[in-house]
Amino acid sequence: MRFSALRIFKEGLTGNMNWEPHWRNPSPKSKYDVIIVGGGGHGLSTAYYLAKNHGIRNVAVLEKGHLGSGNIGRNTTIVRSNYLLPGNSEFYSHSLKLWEGLEADLNYNVMMSQRGLIMLCHSDGQRDAFVRRANAMRSRGDDAQMLSVQDLRKLLPYLNYNSARFPIYGGLLQKRAGTARHDAVAWGYARAADQRGVDLIQNCEVTGFNINSGRITGVETTRGIIEANKVAIVVAGRSSQVAQLAGIRLPIESHILQAFVTEGLKPIINNVVSFGMGHFYISQSDKGGLVFGGDLDGYASYAQRGNLPLLEHVFEAGMALMPMIGKAKVLRSWGGIMDMSPDGSPIIDKTSVGGLFINCGWCYGGFKAVPASGYAYAHLIATDNHFHTAKNFRFERFQTGYHLMDEEGTGSQHNLH
Amino acid sequence: MRIASQGILNQDKEITFYFDSKPYKGFLGDTVASALLANDVYLVGRSFKYHRPRGILGIGSEEPNALISVHKGRRVEPNVRATVQEIYQGLIVTSQNSWPNLKFDALATNDIAARFLSAGFYYKTFMWPPRFWEALYEPIIRRAAGLGRLDSKTDDDNYDQNFLFCDLLIIGGGPSGLLSALLTARAGLDVILVDENAIFGGQLRFENTIIDGDHCKDWVDSCLVELKSLDNVRMISRATVFGVYDQGTFGVLERLSHHVQNSENDAVLDRYHRIVASSSILASGSIERHIAFGNNDRPGIMMASAVRGYLNHYGVSAGKSVSIFGNNDDAFNTAYDLNNAGVEIAAYIDSRSDAGIQGDFPIFRGAEVYDTGGRLALEHICIRDEKGERRIQTDCLGVAGGWNPSIHLSCHTNSKPEWNSEIAAFTSKENSVPGMKVVGSANGHFTTSACFKSVLEVVNELLNSKGIKIKSKSPPKASDADYNISPLWAVEGHKRAWLDFQNDVTTKDIKQSVAENFSSVEHMKRYTTQGMATDQGKGSNVISIALLADASGESIESTGTTTFRPPYTPISIGAIGSSGRDKGFAPERFTTTHSTSIALAAPMIEAGLWYRPSYYPKIGENDWLQSCNREVLSVRKNVGICDVSTLGKIELQGKDAGKFLDFVYTNSFSSLAVGRVRYGLMLREDGFVMDDGTSARLSENSYLMTTTTAAAGSVMRHLDFVHQAYRPDLDVRFVSVTEQWAQFAVSGPRSRDVISSILDEPLNKKDWSFMACGEVKVMGVKARLFRISFSGELGFELAIPSRYGASLFNVLKLEADQHGGGIYGMEAMNVMRLEKGFITHAEIDGRATAYDVGMQRMLSQKKDFIGNKMAQRPGLLDPNRERLVGLKMKGSTSSLKAGSQLFNIYDEPLADNNQGFISSAAFSPVENCYVGLAFFRRGPERWGERINAVNFMADTQLECEVCNPVFYDPDGNKMHA
Amino acid sequence: MRILCPNCGERDIREFYYRGSAQDLHRPNLEDSLSDWHEFLHLRDNTAGEIRDLWYHEKGCNSWLVVTRNTVTHEIIKTELVKNTGEVRA
Repeated sequence: MRFSALRIFKEGLTGNMNWEPHWRNPSPKSKYDVIIVGGGGHGLSTAYYLAKNHGIRNVAVLEKGHLGSGNIGRNTTIVRSNYLLPGNSEFYSHSLKLWEGLEADLNYNVMMSQRGLIMLCHSDGQRDAFVRRANAMRSRGDDAQMLSVQDLRKLLPYLNYNSARFPIYGGLLQKRAGTARHDAVAWGYARAADQRGVDLIQNCEVTGFNINSGRITGVETTRGIIEANKVAIVVAGRSSQVAQLAGIRLPIESHILQAFVTEGLKPIINNVVSFGMGHFYISQSDKGGLVFGGDLDGYASYAQRGNLPLLEHVFEAGMALMPMIGKAKVLRSWGGIMDMSPDGSPIIDKTSVGGLFINCGWCYGGFKAVPASGYAYAHLIATDNHFHTAKNFRFERFQTGYHLMDEEGTGSQHNLH
Repeated sequence: MRIASQGILNQDKEITFYFDSKPYKGFLGDTVASALLANDVYLVGRSFKYHRPRGILGIGSEEPNALISVHKGRRVEPNVRATVQEIYQGLIVTSQNSWPNLKFDALATNDIAARFLSAGFYYKTFMWPPRFWEALYEPIIRRAAGLGRLDSKTDDDNYDQNFLFCDLLIIGGGPSGLLSALLTARAGLDVILVDENAIFGGQLRFENTIIDGDHCKDWVDSCLVELKSLDNVRMISRATVFGVYDQGTFGVLERLSHHVQNSENDAVLDRYHRIVASSSILASGSIERHIAFGNNDRPGIMMASAVRGYLNHYGVSAGKSVSIFGNNDDAFNTAYDLNNAGVEIAAYIDSRSDAGIQGDFPIFRGAEVYDTGGRLALEHICIRDEKGERRIQTDCLGVAGGWNPSIHLSCHTNSKPEWNSEIAAFTSKENSVPGMKVVGSANGHFTTSACFKSVLEVVNELLNSKGIKIKSKSPPKASDADYNISPLWAVEGHKRAWLDFQNDVTTKDIKQSVAENFSSVEHMKRYTTQGMATDQGKGSNVISIALLADASGESIESTGTTTFRPPYTPISIGAIGSSGRDKGFAPERFTTTHSTSIALAAPMIEAGLWYRPSYYPKIGENDWLQSCNREVLSVRKNVGICDVSTLGKIELQGKDAGKFLDFVYTNSFSSLAVGRVRYGLMLREDGFVMDDGTSARLSENSYLMTTTTAAAGSVMRHLDFVHQAYRPDLDVRFVSVTEQWAQFAVSGPRSRDVISSILDEPLNKKDWSFMACGEVKVMGVKARLFRISFSGELGFELAIPSRYGASLFNVLKLEADQHGGGIYGMEAMNVMRLEKGFITHAEIDGRATAYDVGMQRMLSQKKDFIGNKMAQRPGLLDPNRERLVGLKMKGSTSSLKAGSQLFNIYDEPLADNNQGFISSAAFSPVENCYVGLAFFRRGPERWGERINAVNFMADTQLECEVCNPVFYDPDGNKMHA
Repeated sequence: MRILCPNCGERDIREFYYRGSAQDLHRPNLEDSLSDWHEFLHLRDNTAGEIRDLWYHEKGCNSWLVVTRNTVTHEIIKTELVKNTGEVRA
């Protein structure tokens, strides 16, 4: 079923009785060409690009719970490509281009809203660092511009310009950045993958990997053994546990990232804004809720919930930056589990087990990466070669020290990125 | 309408408040909701999606419909529940989400087009043409969505916060909470009792139950009298426990002055409590749920218990001719109380054919309401029973779908609730939250007697566990009858039946969601937005789960609930985060010379938490660069004074202090002679540069380490870790003395003269060679002198106990002035260190190696030190790395900027051609051109090359020469002079 | 979250700095291979369940602690001073 305004009109006239399922509920087959472990954003986009770019359609996505039940369902929906370092910048640049064509590609409105993202800076040093970043973005072919305080006063009149502890020196604007409706991204990829023949199998937990002479032969699941010569793990938030089933120890520590949404309000924040001094970023959803977040709670956790000190810090940062939000009431808080890697950048790589691949370590940048991650991962799975935008996302960088992508410059302590 | 004989409010003195600019009268103790109902105002708001007219649904904080804005202009507070906001003289409230007005809302056309706006419609359209989303569709959607409106100015209300500790936190001051408090407080526990309403009593505020022979209100009063007399009980009303966190931590928000006139906003609006409790009792009560039937959302259709509460507490009848529709025995009480108060009951409709209701009013057993009429207010209901269908004129319908225990808080730490089919509701599992017990109706006990019984059990167990033996008293006796329910979720019919009133989710949306295979509860929620409104589905989630289970052929148990997450009711950002406003966001650190610098008109800049002077302007100077250049030249020619107190200072003592430094620095310090200073490089364990600074050996067993301003805290933490985890065998102790010493750089060819002139004994040049240190006396005060230089000139740093800092600075300034120099700020300091090729955190930004900054020779091969091994990774020693060089730009008037990217002259400025970047740049008055420090691919091999520094931000492409990063006095003759 | 500092008693989490796995205590020797060091510095068990972590009572007694904690429930099972773990040299 193709979605369009006309389709809505036709179905509306007949009482909305004939809408078809977004995807089928297939039973697992005994064997697939490729099994993708994890039905989150990255897993679903991987399945889609395997089918679309590489013609590999005999694919199963195995999901322990329901599709999109991981971090794609709990994030702050920001899409951007304002990265500094080579290795990252070409990847996110590619991702943003894919985002721009995603709705037409998927025939699904993921509400990609290129409303512009402004990172604020609060010292000369920070401004220099932003100029460097902006130049890196421009030389990569992405848009970037530095805004003066005068520009900002026009664009974001509600910021505290006059009495802030850390005055605003300027900002780095990426106009093409913005937000997208996070759940819809999962559903759009799921529907499009399903339409191309991919089996999306929910409530199917992988409990073990079958490995013969160093090569993968299939997986054991709560719904029986399923064979495949290629198995691709992409289970952010559970990466270490799943990899351990194959005897692999990862450079990952799991951390909670809390985020918050307020009650619906009439439009007041029209862009994505991030504070340079206090780990605070905010946008307003199309429903009217202010969606905002901050830093990790800081301690390893799988609890999908955080504690008050971080909540307080985020709210304080919000009040420091834009005290007009004081009367907005937070409706809901939540926590996602982040795969924190030792340089803050991800891994898309083969493993020591032949035919077994892994995609992990997105820290808290996974949402915007969904299209390019699936694209590059599908390429690796299909061709055994790294896609050029993700050629540095490899395990070996930690041991060799080549191509480390430490955007924060905080070193190998996982939770500092 | 108000009924004079009913309720507990004092009806003698009227209060005037304004709703949509129109004055209304009410009484002290009224909420906006009760007062509007008393004035026969039924239409209060508009729904989110279809802009349907909406009235007051409930009587508590879970209200989804009656959201209003309080105040106007600067202090406007959007999305306030009319059922919670108490009125006071002059209160101004307005309706929301309608245009041009509440009665005629243009966007009500959405309702007419509703068939085209079914669940998830927006995922299927608005995709073409692509740019129209941002330009057209999204702005329209955004304007239509949202509820209230924020003022775009600052929130300058006052807020307060604190920490409280107790043995027992009791959440909810209804019958169960009050009894829990009494029993535990009598046993001597330190108790905090929190209730979200203005007055304690919970559901008993709304009932006519008899307890121990008295009316329940008297029982509540007697409890309160006793509790107030006990000094081990703290009672907080108008306070909501919004979240449960780890190890018995609770977030609580107390509304202090929302209910009083506060025109000057000098009163504290909210107080945020963090309560830490060894144990807790959840006595949060329960919330009545509605039933889905055709057009069940009209103004005038309310919860049956709310109708009863408005009558019994506020003396307000929610209608002139009231009907009740229920599936359980609790609804009987609403009818009885209305009847006793003389309110006309148009019909009592019970879905159960054996309902035990008796009364002198029309009763329909085995009957259902399937449709209603009335555009802006309810006019009639349509019911059906075995005799057929009929229409009944009525202006208020109380709906009683059964009660849901308020288990939210018990599920905040990830516990999932269990379905209890006997009461047709979810209850929480035992020990869902460590240390928390759930009692009363929050645990599914829907009669007061059962609540009391559950309290007694829990309290006895709790006291026993604390070793307190009490005689198990029998609970108070309550008059109420049993609670029987026969679940009824939705009434058959072809009209739209609402589940989530605010978000306009109907039973059809659930069915469509299942048809489209969004049949897990999380998918359904997200696809339809059921339960995502401001009430978080408190009244509607259980019905929608039941309907989802039905549509997908699953049981309610297996369908389960979505996740309960904080906050229980919304909390304002200001109430929690107000201390972050303005200067409150972070501490301010001032050096001893701060006020002197301010007096000299120096612009102060932030350096971490510190403030430091940027430059000291002189009359006739037009911009910072002029002042900066003057300061630089004055140092280079004569002498300058700069406050460098912000550098981290850590004093280390013990016989192994040197060995310890050997382990944290790449180079050796145990070999340093007493009275000497050495530059040290510190790596992280991953082999990258962490920090740098000088350390001085003050005596055999005592060193003083300096860190950069920014890294002082992390270095201290690092030293503690390395000592405690790796080298506890070393006899060394250390402490931060940053605040104890004020320190001043005295730099320039005449610095020795300045220092000499202020010391009690003149400097002996021979004893004070470069990198010497020792104790000196300034006007009788012991001070520390270091012959070190960050400017490249002959230089000293003089440290004195902080209390003398300001005076010493003035003395030094005077001396410097007399020697043809003066004081200088950060800008000049930065220019001089750049001219000298000294690195700062602009260079050691966490990604630089010792090799990159040309210090690989400082990595001792003779010993282990932190970072040694990982610094040997091949990728960190690769000649292709970007490494430190100098850049000179001659013959251009443009300014060279840090952050510019470097490209070979004939290359396009594309990322793949990148050769490096400029980390620091400044105009060098000595070189009379812009100079920079840069990280440049194979840099040290390429001195003399010309490259392009591209800055897209300034649209410049500037040709520079690559050179030695030490521009000034590369042989160090001046420094060593 | 509340942590029992062996020196100071039970304190709020906001007084503490978190570093990561207590595997950091087991620093290899300089002679060990880069691969051993890589394992030490980067790889983690990252258990969903009981783990031992390093915390620093930064706004208290400046002690480094090993805290045994459940990462799923946030229950804190044990806290000890690093120097008392028996895992550091005497």
